[in-house]
Amino acid sequence: MLNPESKLNTKLFDTDVEQVPIRKGFGEGLLAAGEADEQVVGLCADLTESTQMHLFAKKFPNRFIEIGVAEQNLVTVASGMAAMGKILFVSSYAMFSPGRNWEQIRTTVCYNDRPVKIAGSHAGVSVGPDGGTHQAIEDIAIMRVLPNMIVLSPCDAIEAKKATIAAAKTNTPTYIRLAREKTPIITTEDTPFEIVKASVIWTPDVGGDKHRVSKPVGIIATGALVHKAVLAARELEKDGVSATVVNLSTIKPLDADAIIALARETGALVTVEEHQIAGGMGSAVAELLAQKHPVPIEFIGIRDRFGQSGTPEELLEHYGMGVSHIKEAVHKVLVRRV
Amino acid sequence: MDEKKIKLLEKKANEIRIAIIEALVEAGSGHTAGPLGMADIFTYLYFHELRHDPKKPNWPTRDRLVLSNGHICPVLYATMCYAGYADIEEYKKTLRKFGTKFQGHPHREYFPALETSSGPLGSGLSQTVGMALAERIDSGKSHQKWIYALLSDGEMDCGNTWEAAMLAGKEKLGNLIAIVDRNNIQIDGFTEDIMPLEPLSDKWQSFNWQVIEVNGHDFADIHRAVGEAKAEFDKPSVIIANTIPGKGVHDFERKFEWHGKPPNKEEGAMALRELGTRC
Repeated sequence: MLNPESKLNTKLFDTDVEQVPIRKGFGEGLLAAGEADEQVVGLCADLTESTQMHLFAKKFPNRFIEIGVAEQNLVTVASGMAAMGKILFVSSYAMFSPGRNWEQIRTTVCYNDRPVKIAGSHAGVSVGPDGGTHQAIEDIAIMRVLPNMIVLSPCDAIEAKKATIAAAKTNTPTYIRLAREKTPIITTEDTPFEIVKASVIWTPDVGGDKHRVSKPVGIIATGALVHKAVLAARELEKDGVSATVVNLSTIKPLDADAIIALARETGALVTVEEHQIAGGMGSAVAELLAQKHPVPIEFIGIRDRFGQSGTPEELLEHYGMGVSHIKEAVHKVLVRRV
Repeated sequence: MDEKKIKLLEKKANEIRIAIIEALVEAGSGHTAGPLGMADIFTYLYFHELRHDPKKPNWPTRDRLVLSNGHICPVLYATMCYAGYADIEEYKKTLRKFGTKFQGHPHREYFPALETSSGPLGSGLSQTVGMALAERIDSGKSHQKWIYALLSDGEMDCGNTWEAAMLAGKEKLGNLIAIVDRNNIQIDGFTEDIMPLEPLSDKWQSFNWQVIEVNGHDFADIHRAVGEAKAEFDKPSVIIANTIPGKGVHDFERKFEWHGKPPNKEEGAMALRELGTRC
């Protein structure tokens, strides 16, 4: 059942559930952050509307600078402005920023420890028809490896807005991963959000009686696929599987306590992300648990391949990130459970 | 700037060159030609031009100086030490050693008085463009701070440099002054053999910058150039400083082989003898 403490959207299982692009939440969050603090500045590399920065740009033209198609310049200019006390938000497609400008992010933002917030839109294969060149499926890996960097991956537009507002208040480099497509709304304005904190979205419906838990499993999901993870958990209930679904919206630093507790309680995990399995969120979870509480893990994600053109649903199915794949992975990991 | 001041600056630059040689010999690695070639310009900036206070390195209205080609940091460190930001003896003993303020390439975490960390080439100009833009948001056209970007000619090969140049021209950043160390060498050889830059002035002009050429070892000429840069209101300025790599030590001058290696003890002693005669 949905975790009542998370105050989620009760219509999230409806076929006509409200769907909004996650990037839209970023645009609204940046506008709110700009209203709250006049030190907030936005820079964009010729994708202002597409990354939803136009809301901020229209309201605060003096605090918005169009950089042109120059992603290396985008983050290094941001670093310089941050050195003067500004709070910087830079946006582009994730494939170009942080894809193209990784070394500049490493040296001028992270090594320098400047509060630059990098919004990478159009992450994942669900970008769709634009094809593989525009589908960032490596960005979590290249951002989480950087010292000082915080990595956020909100699950819907409402959480993206909260993540953006929260990022503006931290004094650290931050990466915010955003998806292009319309994504079902899972959370509500009342859902608690805190950087680092993982939230339990779905728990086994056992009326508080732990003895009634059968075939326990933990599903840790991030970004747009959190919705599919919840759908899978609900279907698994019918198969007698007691799944707990965690929304891991901060990938770095990890909410180690929550992940270790989930591993202890369930003894078997599945991680779900729209990213290469190598170096992604699942890898981060595995690195932690291998040291603190080893349990069998199955990984849902992309297996060392590039994307291609197609509809988002076609692509998610083709690359093994559909609801059926999550269920399959759960059954597989339950077999391995010690 | 009168003759007396020029003599004082010449003496200071010579002291800085001596400290650079001593530090490099002790370090056993590092870059020699660039730091010696830029000693006069760094001396001029820190001892005559910059509005700064070593006792208050975080003074908000200070001018900003960003060293983009971080590998010539021996000259930045030595100049900052003599200006009062750190101890010159510590510099000579610990350059490039474990735990030092004076990292092989500048790192703010170890030496917080630095305006930025640098090393990978081509990213300094854009950081100063960001600084100049931030200053314009805060102060409009009545800016209070000058932003200086110290660049190498080798990093004119980098695309990021020209992305930044284009933006500065677009934004008409009159508070930005770039100084290019035009010493004609880079690691693999002479710049015009590796990747020709000429006509370099025309390139900058076409990006809507004011271009000023200067003899980078003549304090009066440097003073004139910076004055001209500051008099330009509506454009960023670039000073192309013609310098001699290895300047001050005859055997090191104009040799790209000295770009990335330190003098050994004997070479260092020879260099110090030559510089010592000018004290």
